[in-house]
Amino acid sequence: MGNEPAHTITRYDQELESLRGIVARMGGLVERQTAQAVAAVVDQNEDAAREPPMLDPEVDTLEREAEQLAIRILALRAPMAVDLRQIVAVLKMSGDLERIGDYASSIARRALKVEPLDGALSFSALRAMGRLVQENLHRAVEAMVENDAERAKEVWNADTAVDELYTTMFRELVTYMMEDPRNIGPCIHLLFVAKNLERIGDHATNIAERVYYAVTGEMLPSERPRGGEAAKKPASQGE
Amino acid sequence: MNPSVQNTGVQTGPTTQAAPGPALTEGGNRAMASTAPDSLMTPADRQAPTAIAVRDLNFYYGTSHALHDISLAFPARSVTGMIGPSGCGKSTLLRVLNRMYDLYPGQRATGEVIFDNQNILAPGIDVNVLRSRVGMVFQKPTPFPMSIYDNIAFGIRLHERVSRSEMDGRVEDALRRVALWAEVQDRLNSSATALSGGQQQRLCIARTIAVRPEVILLDEPTSALDPVSTARIEELLDELKTEFTIAIVTHNMQQAARCADQVAFFYMGRLVEVDSTPRMFTAPKEKQTQDYITGRFG
Repeated sequence: MGNEPAHTITRYDQELESLRGIVARMGGLVERQTAQAVAAVVDQNEDAAREPPMLDPEVDTLEREAEQLAIRILALRAPMAVDLRQIVAVLKMSGDLERIGDYASSIARRALKVEPLDGALSFSALRAMGRLVQENLHRAVEAMVENDAERAKEVWNADTAVDELYTTMFRELVTYMMEDPRNIGPCIHLLFVAKNLERIGDHATNIAERVYYAVTGEMLPSERPRGGEAAKKPASQGE
Repeated sequence: MNPSVQNTGVQTGPTTQAAPGPALTEGGNRAMASTAPDSLMTPADRQAPTAIAVRDLNFYYGTSHALHDISLAFPARSVTGMIGPSGCGKSTLLRVLNRMYDLYPGQRATGEVIFDNQNILAPGIDVNVLRSRVGMVFQKPTPFPMSIYDNIAFGIRLHERVSRSEMDGRVEDALRRVALWAEVQDRLNSSATALSGGQQQRLCIARTIAVRPEVILLDEPTSALDPVSTARIEELLDELKTEFTIAIVTHNMQQAARCADQVAFFYMGRLVEVDSTPRMFTAPKEKQTQDYITGRFG
């Protein structure tokens, strides 16, 4: 698969290539969904807001195709070593990609509701977060398509910045809501958008982890240094 | 040779023995084992005592150099799977472990194979005693053309003098342990050659364990059997390894994955890699191993 020499059985290589093709197409689609969702929010672009949910069914179909083909290869070829790791990675990555598509659609559906908020600061934080998440997702998909472990590790490290931005936004929005209850509605929408973006970032990181394991056979450490710890932990453990 | 092979291969943990077996030489020379430097032993090696330690083994069929500098430890009471393409030397190594090669002229081995603190390649080793302690099962079931009972009793009589009643007990015990007793108890005196292939192979394993060896060598023991018989043999290996040290040569990678605790990959007479079975089949270190087990070979 990818950077390895050919199998003795040509058909096996073709099946693995098909599998890679499916997740590559999914990667392209969910990148598009995410880009449009971010544009829908930060530019209040109605056309952009319509697109992500429309792409969802195609992403879902591809996820099912990936799963069926992966199961077929597992059953018929009994893959080993790098092949096995790649197939298991594809199974999990297709799930991550599908979730990313869902989050993007969710952002897009909410996009035009965040409008009334008079909070320029959060919007610029959201814009920055959108940019970062899109970049990480793009590089995760690239690493996936090119079996690039080094790039995967970079993506894995880069998610900290996303988490930090989310934590900042979280605190800021809580402050707005406490200042004036009329802010609660729009702030909640904005917070959900930020949370969904943060989740997209996490799934991009997951993809990076799968790529790294599939290529090298080594797991990245389960604990990555995280910046956004405060917003993630339950209240009982701190903030 | 790569470092991983040296780490796992070269070591001299205490060799195990539940009860002292018959002496391999008349003098019982126990001073032949040398001790490998501590740095060459992995922590895992220290935990699992080694039943057989192969060190710097070279083997020749006449002028043909079949095994090159093999160092490999067979941990006691566990299954070591040996895989590799035809002609890679895995069966040759198996045949060295009980000096089966002695039967053919022009074949010779250099290096050491330490079993029970003795180098079994050394002159003066009683190969008959050795083969009773290191038993072997072959690819094709090889029942003797005699009754089921005598197939088992034959091996025991070669090495021991036992009473009829004790012999009955030993035969039954061996047949029970290979899960064959229920199938043959009513026809112990009928010919073994009338049994099915799977039954014959289990009979051969029963014959091997009846002489109470410490090590069992299996050379493609299921390649002539159907999947159900194969599964029975594999299940049997799982039980036998609580008591015996097992080395199995197989062309069936899935079988190695199912049965073995550690797997050694051989290619062109060299040991390319040895590691725990899960590691070998999910993330082997060597490119050659990966290419072979994923079907990217030649």
